[in-house]
Amino acid sequence: MSVADNAGSTTVNNRKGKQFGEQAMLMLEKFAALIFGSAIILAWQIIVPLSGLSEFILPTPLQIGQRVVTEYALLLRHAGVTTFEVLAGFGTSVVVGVPLALAIFYSKIVERAVYPILVAMQTIPKIVLAPLLVLYLGYGWAPKITLAFLISFFPIVISTVVGLQSLDKGYVNLVRSMGANEFETFFKLRLPAALPNVFGGFKVAISLAVIGAVIGEYIAADKGLGYLQLQANSQFDTTLNFATVVVISAIGVSLFSILSLLERKVSFRRDSAK
Amino acid sequence: MNQNQTGLSDSIGANVRIDAVTKTYETREGPGVHALDRIDLDLASGSFVACVGPSGCGKSTLLSLMAGLFPPSEGEIRVDGSVVRKAHPKVGVVFQTDLLLYWRTVLDNIMLPLEIKRQDREQGRKRALDLLVQVGLEGFESKYPSELSGGMRQRVAICRALIQEPGLLLMDEPFGALDALTREKMITDLEKMWLRLGNTVLFITHGIDEAVFLADRVLVMSPRPGRVDLDLTVDMPRPRNWGAAHEDPVFNGYVRQIRRIFEAEGVL
Repeated sequence: MSVADNAGSTTVNNRKGKQFGEQAMLMLEKFAALIFGSAIILAWQIIVPLSGLSEFILPTPLQIGQRVVTEYALLLRHAGVTTFEVLAGFGTSVVVGVPLALAIFYSKIVERAVYPILVAMQTIPKIVLAPLLVLYLGYGWAPKITLAFLISFFPIVISTVVGLQSLDKGYVNLVRSMGANEFETFFKLRLPAALPNVFGGFKVAISLAVIGAVIGEYIAADKGLGYLQLQANSQFDTTLNFATVVVISAIGVSLFSILSLLERKVSFRRDSAK
Repeated sequence: MNQNQTGLSDSIGANVRIDAVTKTYETREGPGVHALDRIDLDLASGSFVACVGPSGCGKSTLLSLMAGLFPPSEGEIRVDGSVVRKAHPKVGVVFQTDLLLYWRTVLDNIMLPLEIKRQDREQGRKRALDLLVQVGLEGFESKYPSELSGGMRQRVAICRALIQEPGLLLMDEPFGALDALTREKMITDLEKMWLRLGNTVLFITHGIDEAVFLADRVLVMSPRPGRVDLDLTVDMPRPRNWGAAHEDPVFNGYVRQIRRIFEAEGVL
């Protein structure tokens, strides 16, 4: 009796062990990026002191982290300015870009007049306009917002137009056969079908808006993270320089994540049910 | 001809009258493409009419006109007496691909026509669930289209067309994109379902055997300009059996008769 019991419990243990191994593997896959990233930072932390590089040349992640904490008030103040510029520029892009995309989609004339120019203008690196914007708009937040707007505007317009145009004509016939007018066709069909593209454009745009705002601050500013970074640079304060990079990245990642969250709330991706 | 009709005096099947309908597609350079040439047809209430013909014979154009997707160049189409100008409330359509909206569940896909016509959701929901049971998809109402097979998706599309209890059901090669076994099952199930519901059906297909098996009447069309070459009445008892039908000399006689027309026209 006891032998049989033992045999039974051994197989159960084996099965549990196997399941544990599979689960560990799944966890490893899930957190692969986190583990890999941590490994790189850890290597950086260990190798820099061993190689004898001074903090002035290359600070360690810990030193940078400490600096972010000690200077948080300063960083936060400048981060607020930059975030405002990014959001204002991106917001303007959405408010102008989405209606323009609709006009391009619905009107042949607007499409013929505007779309080729928009596509051609995508090839201009908008950054080169920054000195001109300072010339026209001065040193305040206006040129930064304008640059963030210009750089984030095109992906929103183009991906929205592509999203609207890529709808199979069969779907339109389907809802027409149910008696839908264009208003219903838009809200029941065109908009939800285009949302994955629209959000794709938004995500590209928000990352670009951060670049636009910071570059604007590089050119001429007295506040903002771009300005702070140039200050740190001129004072050979490499650690503060890196701390600024960390905060700028954090802004980019946070805004991108907020958009992803919003997307998951309102849009349904084709493959997400699988 | 249909046993189901005799018992149901208030059958939902609509009377369809196609009166001298011509369709010419306008092109920028000169005269347009003559897709349909003076088609005259009457579809009896509750009858199953199949339409076969090669690509470009205008059968899809005829269906689009009946669905009200665009108007005929000349003539008119009446469903239960009222002229079809745009989408007609008594007409439901099943297209070649299922055209399910991937962001909606099965139930919400079936409810789409009711939403567009702003009809009562609660009552529609009951009917939708009932239709799902009838097509053998009980319990699938909360699934998404990506979780279903091709045949299941087309069954959902059929439920969506039937939710409004249309007097006329238009089917545009609905099983064309399915594999042979699924297609056979769908054909058999469609006949059973139609025998219960009694809608008038116009079924467009490339498959001669499919047309003869399902229909009370087969219209054989030929292209340029589209016209009806043969109006064949299929007199076979229902419900029919797919396997047995293919060994039935009567069935094969009809199939051969249609094939001969295509052979004479060089289609086959």
